[in-house]
Formats: sequence, C-alpha cells, structure tokens
Amino acid sequence: MYRDALREAIDEEMARDKTVFIIGEGIAERGGSYKVTEGLLAKYGPKRVRDTPIAEAGMIGVGVGAAIAGARPIVEILYVDFAMLGMDMLVNQAAKFRLMTGGDGRVPFVMRTQGGTGGGVAAQHSQSLEALFYHIPGLKVVMPSVPADAKGLLKYALRQSDPVMFLEHKHLYMTKGLVPEGEHIIEFGKADIKRPGKDVTIIAWSNMIPRALEAAAKLAEEGIDAEVLDPRTLVPLDKEAILTSVAKTNRVVIVQEAVRRGGVASDIASIIQEEAFYQLDAPIEIVAGLNIPVPFNLELEKASVPQVPGIMAAVRRSLHLAPAAIAAQ
Amino acid sequence: MSAQPKRPNVPSRELLEKLFRTAYKIRVFETEGIKLYRQGLIRGYFHPYLGQEGIATGVCAALQEGDYIASTHRGHGHCIAWGADVKKMVAELLQKETGYCRGYGGSMHIADISNGNLGANGIVGAGTPLGVGAALAAQIKGSDAVTVTFSTDGASNNGTFMESLNLAAIWNLAFVLVIENNQYAVSTTIEESTREPDLYKRGLGIGVESHQVDGNDPLAVYEMTQDAVAKCRAGKGPILIEAKTFRHMGHHVNDPGKYMPADKLAYYKARDPVDRARNNLTEMSGIDAAQIEAIESEIRKEFEDAVEFSRNSREITIAEFEAFTADY
Ligand SMILES: Cc1ncc(C[n+]2csc(CCOP(=O)(O)OP(=O)(O)O)c2C)c(N)n1
Ligand SMILES: [Mg+2]
Repeated sequence: MYRDALREAIDEEMARDKTVFIIGEGIAERGGSYKVTEGLLAKYGPKRVRDTPIAEAGMIGVGVGAAIAGARPIVEILYVDFAMLGMDMLVNQAAKFRLMTGGDGRVPFVMRTQGGTGGGVAAQHSQSLEALFYHIPGLKVVMPSVPADAKGLLKYALRQSDPVMFLEHKHLYMTKGLVPEGEHIIEFGKADIKRPGKDVTIIAWSNMIPRALEAAAKLAEEGIDAEVLDPRTLVPLDKEAILTSVAKTNRVVIVQEAVRRGGVASDIASIIQEEAFYQLDAPIEIVAGLNIPVPFNLELEKASVPQVPGIMAAVRRSLHLAPAAIAAQ
Repeated sequence: MSAQPKRPNVPSRELLEKLFRTAYKIRVFETEGIKLYRQGLIRGYFHPYLGQEGIATGVCAALQEGDYIASTHRGHGHCIAWGADVKKMVAELLQKETGYCRGYGGSMHIADISNGNLGANGIVGAGTPLGVGAALAAQIKGSDAVTVTFSTDGASNNGTFMESLNLAAIWNLAFVLVIENNQYAVSTTIEESTREPDLYKRGLGIGVESHQVDGNDPLAVYEMTQDAVAKCRAGKGPILIEAKTFRHMGHHVNDPGKYMPADKLAYYKARDPVDRARNNLTEMSGIDAAQIEAIESEIRKEFEDAVEFSRNSREITIAEFEAFTADY
C-alpha cells in the first residue's frame, strides 16, 4: 500500500543516513494520522522521530533551519491546508536560500503532507494546493500517484539538496500496488506512462491518475486508445516526455483536481501550445476542479472535482472536434 | 532573573582588545558603508548597526568555531563580529562576484554557511525558527554546537517567536535567543507594540531561562552570553537574553529618524558601546593612546582595502547567471 511504501522509504533512508529525521503532529507514538510513520519511533528513537506541538510555521521553519545546517529533516504536515501557516518559511526562506547565497547554501528539506478531496472533510481540509508551490521557483513539487512512485520519489527526495513539497493524497494511502524492495529510486523530472495509447494523451497526477485510468479503460470499450501520462513531479516537469506523447497522439486532455483558475494544467497547456502547436489536432482540453471552496455535501464535493465521466467527455470532445475528424466526415 | 552575572575575574587584555577591535570594525564598516551608499555605490536597503555594536561584539566573542548564528535585516554587525572577511562583505554590498553571495544576496542576505553564519534575513522574525532548526540539527548530529539567533523587539511580536522558542524549550536545544531591543520597529515604539516592554519576560512564560542585559556594554553582554553558552553546552538550553539598546540614526540610511526623541538619543550616545569598549581596554589593560590609534588605523585600512578590492572585482556574467539558475 501507498502508506507502507512511504514508510519503507523513510525507514530505509533513516537507516542509511543518520541525519534524516522526522517531526510532526502525532507522528511518533501514534504513528501519524495515516500510519505512515508507524514503528519508526521504536526503531530510531525519540531524537529522530519527534512529535511537535501545533505550530506549523514553527516546525516548518525549524525544519528549514535544520536543513540549512546540514541535517535532512522530514516535516510532516497533517493537511496541506495547514502548510499555509508556514508559507513564509517555504516561500521566503527555503525557496530563496540557494540563490540568495550564490549557491553556497542548500536546503535539503522535505515537507510531506497530503491534500485533495475525500471523506467529507470540507473546505479547509480538502484543497489541492500544488499550484501555489509550483509558482515558487526554488521548490520542487512531487505528487506520487502509486505506491512504487511514492517510495522511489521519497527516497530520491531524501538524497537531493533542494526543498521538496512532497504532496500525497488522502485517498491514496490505502491503495495497493507492487513496490520494488530496497534501492528503488526515482529521479525527479521523469514522467511515467501509466497506460500507453495512441489516440489521445491524458496528463494527470496524484489521485487523478486512478480516475484517468478508469476513464481510459472505459474509453477502450468504445475503441478509443488513450495514453495516460503521469509527470510524477510537477517541478521539475518532464517536458520532453509530454512533447513525445503529444507528437504521437496529437490530442491532449489535462486533468487536475485543483481548481481550474491559475492551475498547473493551464501552465502545461501553455507549454504544449508554445512548443507543439502544429502537432495538435484539437484544442487542449482541461478537466479541473471548479473555482470554488470544496463543499461538505458529498454530491456537491463530487461535483466540484473531476470525475470519470467528465474525463471521458473531454477525451471524446478532443477526438470528435478535431479539424481533421470533422473534415473527414 | 534579570540580574547580570558577577564578573568572574578581571578580563584579559586579549579579550578586551578583541571586543574593542570588533566594535570599532563594525563602527567603521557602517559609517564608511553609509558614505558608499550615499555616493550611489550601494543599492537597495542598508540598515546600519550604529549604536548596537556592543551586542554582536559581546555575543560572538563568547562563541567558538562550529557554532551557528542567524541574523537579521540589520546584520552587518553580526557578520563582522562572527569574523567575516570585510572584503567579501563590501564586495557583496557592491554586488560583485567576489562577495559572500556573489552579488545574489546583498545587504539583507549576507551569509557564510560554511562558517556557520546562516545569514541575514529580509523577513523580520525568520531567524528564530531557522536558528532553532540549526540547534536541532546539532542535537541530531550529536555535536556540541550552540546556535545564537539575533532577533529584535519587532520580531518578538511575530508568531514564530513563541512557536520556535517553545520548540527549543521542549527539546532542550543549545539555543540562545538574543533580542536586540532597540526600542523601535522603524518608527513604532516598543511601548506601542506591547504592554510589557521588558521582553525577556516572554521567555519566562514558557519556562525558558531569561535575562536582561545592557546591550551597550560589550563586556556585560559577553559575560552573560558566555554563561548562557556554557549552560547550553551542558544541556540546559535554551536561554533568552534581552539586550537593551538604541539606534544612533533612523531605521535605514534614507530614514532621517526624526521621530527619535533628541534627549533619548543623547542619553544613549553618551553610553556609546564603541567608546565603552575602548575605555574598558585602556582602563583595564593599561594600553596607551598610541596603541589604540594603531589598532584603529589598521581597521580603517582594512576597510579601505576592502573597498579597493571590491571596486576591482567583476560582476557575475549573464552566462554564469543562466548556468546557475538553469534547474529552477
Ligand atoms: C515580516 C516582515 N514584516 C515587515 C517587514 C518590514 N520591516 C523591515 S525592518 C522593520 C522593522 C523591524 O524592527 P525590529 O524588528 O525591531 O528590528 P530593528 O529594525 O529595530 O533592528 C520592518 C517593519 C519585514 N521586513 N518583514
Ligand atoms: Mg527594533
């Protein structure tokens, strides 16, 4: 499971590197809200596995300071929504440090947190805020969708030297998948084709991957062969893989759970039209969250973020509205 | 809690000379730096440390190699007291490639990571969590390093002040928080900012040993810090020290500081920390006026050389800039 993969990564890296430590609310004895850190206290002791008071700005800042001073902190923030309390430390400190110091200062800091809808936790516990971090040069943004990626990317995060926003999804912790044992490391900036196809490229990440795959499976019954591309890290973004896929399919649907306005999907669309405009046979489709706070009511919550039928509809639009297809009719 | 520790024995000439040299070097750096600023050679913000030299001077003299400091927007003094190379500091202010940050940082971001100076900071209050983090890193690595964060009266009303000092307390970190209470945040007085202008009391509320000291007395600051640092190394940290002081001019070079009452300014100027360090040296070590003059001209020369060095240095090229920022 996703959460076990994360635990394995932390465990292996803590065993390998004595400067790796983890702090957060209820992560020690209790093992964290999603059981990611279960058992680590017993194994590594209270010095390296610490509970914190409810002080997000403080703990993020302390993590950043520890990273600057040469340790490798993992700061676990319960919900990405709460990371907003520590934005100064992320945006003005961690992200800026390397450039401001002319390259002498490095910040090998990892903030692990989770976002997204699910479970009726309403507007302050359901956001997908990757675009905020994506917008800040100096931060790496990682969004694993499957257990194997969760492990490989977290291990890599703990070996590189820039601040990493490691954004998990509350719906994914219990999802299953094969995870290679031991030295399974995934470099940042390497997209993964989660399903190969030739008719259309669906770009999605995090919890939108299972939805995109479900849509693709259903579309296959209609004779549509969709490719599902998972960038895995939004910063750095594997432009090359995206452009390669676009060159093959000539059609793109981008799916993000986050609100549409000012989102990463829009930016990816902009990159594609800049670099591959003449390879497109249809306008780029974006399926995204509505520009609203997430409602509590289950039906409304569902209506506010992309669902499988919406993804399928966008794919069909992309195929049937293509100028070439219309001309052929 | 606010009583100063008793002077253990007569301070050595070496110590007194070190304190004077540091305080005087900061004074020269700031007065001459302001001239460069007014000539248009330095851009951006320049927050002079004039009048507060006693604090950085006394604190840093009590630290040792391997320790860490985190500083503020008013950071030149901390940097110098920590032993920075004046050449690289001036070069940074003049945005040269030979500067501490190769011209990428400027006055508000001078840092020297490899020597444990985590840097000045443009965000008021940010140094406190960063310093606590460095202290946490030291504890995790099993080192006996102490971290000092220089903070301010203004920062003491920021949320991370309490959050991070409290973390240092529950984890018994080797952390000293020095509040430089210069009684102003730009033009806002400390009395306008809080009902309790004795800021050391903030620490007492969360179980942190806390003291107050005359920030214009470098020797007193040194002795109090030495005591605090020894306690931190013995696992009895963190400790808070409030050092009372006053700026000699406005908030930054372009602030005339008209709001600062003349009588109060006169009061503090009469208690000038650099004069104090000089008098201590002459009175307690018997060094004569000629020797003092020799030290002073040596320091002035060092600054002149630094300006010369910086003027002759080049700036980062656009090609170097592009290579450095390629993976952002
Ligand atoms: C978070 C933040 N708010 C506001 C400012 C603008 N600012 C810069 S210095 C300053 C006053 C700071 O006063 P104090 O903290 O007491 O330090 P001092 O200037 O007296 O050394 C202000 C408001 C800032 N740099 N950062
Ligand atoms: Mg002040």
